[in-house]
Formats: sequence, structure tokens, C-alpha cells
Amino acid sequence: MRAFAGFVRKEFRHIIRDPRTLLILFGMPVIQLVLFGFAISTELRTSNLAVLDMSRDEVSGAILDRMRDSEYFNIVEDVGSEEDINAAMQAGRVKLGLIFGPGFAGRFSSGDGAALRIVTDAADPNTARLLQSYAAAIVRQFQREQLNAPETPGMRIRTALLFNPLLQSVYMFVPGLIVVVLMLVSALMTSIAITREKEMGTMEVLLVSPLRPFQIILGKVLPYLLLSCLIAALILVLSQTVFALPFNGSMLLFWVECLLFIFTSLALGIFISTVARTQQVAMMVSLAGLLMPTILLSGFIFPIENMPLPLQVIANIIPARWFLEILKGVMIKGLGIQQLWTQTAVIVFMLLLFTGLSIRKFNIRLQ
Amino acid sequence: MQSTVVRIEHLVKRFGDVQALDDCNAEVLQGEIFGFIGPDGAGKTTLFRILTTLLTPDEGRAEVLGLDVVDDYRRIRPQLGYMPGRFSLYHDLSVEENLTFFAGIFDADVQQNYELIRDLYEQLAPFKDRRAGKLSGGMKQKLALCCALIHKPQLLVLDEPTTGVDAVSRREFWDMLGRLREHGISIVVSTPYMDEARRCDRIALIQDGRILSTDSPQALSRSYRRPLLSVRVKQSFAALRALREFKHAHSVYSFGDALHYSDARTTLTGKDISELRDYLSGRSIEVEELHPIEPTIEDSFMELSTERNDG
Repeated sequence: MRAFAGFVRKEFRHIIRDPRTLLILFGMPVIQLVLFGFAISTELRTSNLAVLDMSRDEVSGAILDRMRDSEYFNIVEDVGSEEDINAAMQAGRVKLGLIFGPGFAGRFSSGDGAALRIVTDAADPNTARLLQSYAAAIVRQFQREQLNAPETPGMRIRTALLFNPLLQSVYMFVPGLIVVVLMLVSALMTSIAITREKEMGTMEVLLVSPLRPFQIILGKVLPYLLLSCLIAALILVLSQTVFALPFNGSMLLFWVECLLFIFTSLALGIFISTVARTQQVAMMVSLAGLLMPTILLSGFIFPIENMPLPLQVIANIIPARWFLEILKGVMIKGLGIQQLWTQTAVIVFMLLLFTGLSIRKFNIRLQ
Repeated sequence: MQSTVVRIEHLVKRFGDVQALDDCNAEVLQGEIFGFIGPDGAGKTTLFRILTTLLTPDEGRAEVLGLDVVDDYRRIRPQLGYMPGRFSLYHDLSVEENLTFFAGIFDADVQQNYELIRDLYEQLAPFKDRRAGKLSGGMKQKLALCCALIHKPQLLVLDEPTTGVDAVSRREFWDMLGRLREHGISIVVSTPYMDEARRCDRIALIQDGRILSTDSPQALSRSYRRPLLSVRVKQSFAALRALREFKHAHSVYSFGDALHYSDARTTLTGKDISELRDYLSGRSIEVEELHPIEPTIEDSFMELSTERNDG
């Protein structure tokens, strides 16, 4: 036991003596969180809009007022022809054009099909689609309010965005970031730390020592387990203080699931280190084999439902895909274990699988 | 009667097509310094890894401290002090931390066994807070030996401990091994340097995975029976060729800045030596020095290895 304690102490020294790695470990999540939270935003900021109003009546005016009131649009030009809208878009002055047909108010109240066209600059298709739907939503909202006037109380249709009413991207990125960082610290760092012993030749002496193989492995991963928890806590605190991300689920469940995922990643890291002979190889395998699929296929950036079938199948064997669902469920939707047990079971299965593989591959000898 | 600490019998180890060890036999006695002498790639490291239970032999068997290296590896390991080829130290830990760590994993106490490493550690003490990676080669070697000794092993296994270390440190290191032997620790050591063979009690010459001969260094040098001449000339290459073509030549090879010539006849008279001198002059090779010498271990090694290659 004393031997083991000494081993763990040594491992912590390795980590502390390497300030660059430490800086990356703690700096990276913070920088990514800030980048994803502020800079790389998929939300709309205020966009410029040009109007061609052929009616200039009270209804078109009211709709324009609504546009003006929304935080997304800024009416910068009132033009006389469609060509002017085209020109403004080409020059990049506006992203969106609204064209009211003649006799708008009359047709609107008679239900005759008032013509409103929304044109967008689809050179940037994602933004165009978003702008279009935002603008359409405002118009529809107005329409509904008019049709269900107070004197005829009837059904009111309201749309609502559940769980993320403001469609904030932070909701997406915080769980995703936790997944990526835990994977990185647990799997990548562990595999590098173990292969370093092999490369330096110290593994030979460790193996010859009375330390049992499981003590060597446990001693190597324990510091990274603590480090992973610390970083997860850091991301969580930052997301709540800086981005005011609500935490709807059970904190206990969150940490239990986190630990489960960390163990799975550590087992993966150990497995990689039993296969790789050098730190370089361990790093390449971890980055290409673990980190890339985690980022691209876990649903962190691209929704899994939109992937072609083969990729969906591959996504299923990535532990991060299941853990991300769990995290989103616990943090944002406030789900309990009743709703998440399938995903949890998948991760437990993977944990057992990788641990078993590592035990089989880890050698009491050099060969 | 000295007991045996290492016994290897018909040991064979292959790595794919490479025959690393080929039918090796040797015995190391309690309390002796036993050297495996041979060039790089001779199989020394593979042999040591089998002795330290890190590799298993393909054929044959090896016993260390009376225990089988395959079946009883767990009982052997705590009694071994092992220093791998590249001194296995943690470069980001200080001298003192390295020592405490290795003592710790072997469940040993630095104070308790300090006597054993006192001579060595006193030289390291001024640098005890320095990172091991910043030490000189000689210092690293001393620290690695301290780390291998700190749990007072029965058997010390040192794989090329003097490679990459300066001449003074090498001499000090061998002095230290002599003192350890007095503490009753048996030592198995490998080296590519023939001049270090003299410092061992017994040596085994090893080449291409085969043990050529095992004996005391003195006996091995004496086993060389042919008359040997040292020849110093200006044109070494021409002389080497000329000597090899000489009718009585047995073998000629360069040895440092001189050539060692051995004759096929059993004895050489002064007349024979003059004849050789005239032969070289006749080939317009200017002879600076030509005199009989006592054979060294390296001569024996060359003789044994050529014998094997020819046979």
C-alpha cells in the first residue's frame, strides 16, 4: 500500500512538473467554452432588412413595426423597386428583403390572400434559412393575433421552444465540451503517460518491482481521474456563472454518469497504451481514433439523425454519443435515470468491454 | 562450496526470423561478478530480460536464485536489482525523489539500506534537488545504480551500465561493483568493452546469440595459444593485406592503431620475425614497430568468433 501511495505521488509530480500540459488541460476547456459560447454562435444577431412596400397601409405598417421591435431585424432601407432590393443585397447592405404586394390590408382582412414575399441572401444558406424562418414566425404571430381578435375568444396557437427557449448554442456546447474534454484528458493523457514509461525504459523496472500490474495501472490513471473531475467541475461552474446555463437534473446523477464515462475513457486510454509502443503512436491513435469521432459523430456538432445510415451505425459504437445524450438529458431536460437507463447501460457495457480487453492485453512481461 | 545464483541451460529466444539467443549455457556463482562480453546485437539485453523475468525463453530454461524465471517470476522479482540499458530514471523527478520512489515501490527504506549506497550517494548528495534529466551521464549511472540497490537485492543485473559514460566514471563504477561484491551481492553485468572484462571474476564471451566461451578473464587470455605480434605501420590497409597474404599467417586484424598478427606456427624465433619484417619491406611497407605481445581477451574473442564463423 505504501508502495502504491508512492507511485501515485510520483504520478502527480509528473503532471505538476509539466506546466505546459497542465495549462493546455485547464486552458483549453475555458477557451473553447468562451469561443463556442460567444464567438462561434449559431444564433442570429441583428440583421439589416430592406422593405418594398407597395401598399403602405395599416397592416403592412403594423408588420413592419413588429419587425422593428424584434431584436433580430433592423430596417435600414425603404426602396421603390425589387431591383433596389437586389442591388442592396448584392452590395451586402441587407440580408433580407420584405415585399408587400398592393392592397395588402384589404386582402388581409378579406382573407383574399394578401401577398408578402420574403427574400433572403442565400449566399450564406444557413443564415438565410434562419432569417427566413424568424421573419416568417413574426408575420405568422401577427396574423394569429389579428385573426383571433379579443372579441372572438377562441383557440390561440402559440409556439414554444422547449428547454432552450432562446435557442442558445451554449445549451449545445456545454455538454459537448464536457464530453470532448473528458475524453481528451482521460484517454489521450492516460495513454501517453503509460507509453512514456515504456519509452523511457522505466516500465521494465516497474514490472520487475513487487508492484502488481493492476497497481501500476491504477496508480497511473488515478491522477487523471481526479484531473478529469476537476475539469468537468470547472466547465460546469463556468457555464453557470458566465452563461447562466440552468441545471435542471440531479447533480448526483450527473456525477455518477460523468464518472462512468471517465472510467470508460480511462479504459480506452489503457487499451491504447497496451497496443502503442511510443508516445507518438499513442497520441495519433487517441486523436484520430477517439477525439475526431467524438467531435464529429457524437452529435456534438452534427445531429446524428441527419447522418447517412452507415455513419449512424458507426456513431452508435462511440461512447461519447451515448454520454452526450445522457448529459443533455440530465443538464437541460432534467431527466432521471428512468429515462436514461438505456444509454447508461450501453456505457456500462462499453466500460466492461474495454476494461476486459485492457486486462487481457496488459502484460506482466515485455512481450 | 559456492551456490549457483543463475543457471541457464540450452536457452533459445527468437524474434520472428531473428535468432536472438541460440543454445546458451552458463552458470553464475554466489558472490561473483559475472560479465557477458560481446558486441552490440550479440543478445546480451535479451538474455538479461529473460533473467529478469521480462521475457520468456522459447526453449531451454533459466533459473535465478534457484527459482524458474517462468513459473516463479513473482518470487524472483523482489530479490532482483535491475538496471536496464538506458538508465531508467524519471527525468522530471529530482535525484532524491527518484531514489525515494524506487525505494518505495520495492517496499524498502532508504535509511535502512543507506549503508549499501553510501559511497555512491555521497557523490550525488550535492545535487539531490536537481532533476535527474539534468545530470551528466556518469551521475545518471550512479543514481540508477543507487535506485537498483536501495532494496538490497540478492542479485544485481546490470545491462551495459557503462555505455555512454566517461572513462573516470567507468573506473569508479567498477570499483563500486567490487565493494558491492564484498556485501555478498552477486552481480551479472554486460558490456561491449573488452577492457572492462578484466574487472569481472568470470566472463562469458557472447556473439550472435551464442556463448563462445566461459572462464576467468586470465584463463581466457591464456587460452590463446598462437604467437602474436603487434605491427605498427604507416600504411595500415596495405599492410593488413600484405600480412594476410603472408605464407605463415593465421589471422590479421587491426587493433586500435596497430595490427595484431598471429602466426600459424607454434613458436616464433627471432629469425622468423626478421623474415616477416623483410617481407613487409619487400612490399615497400615501412615498419615502425614489430614485436611479440601477450594476448588479451579481445584477441581471444576474435580468435573464438572467427573459429566459429569458419567452422
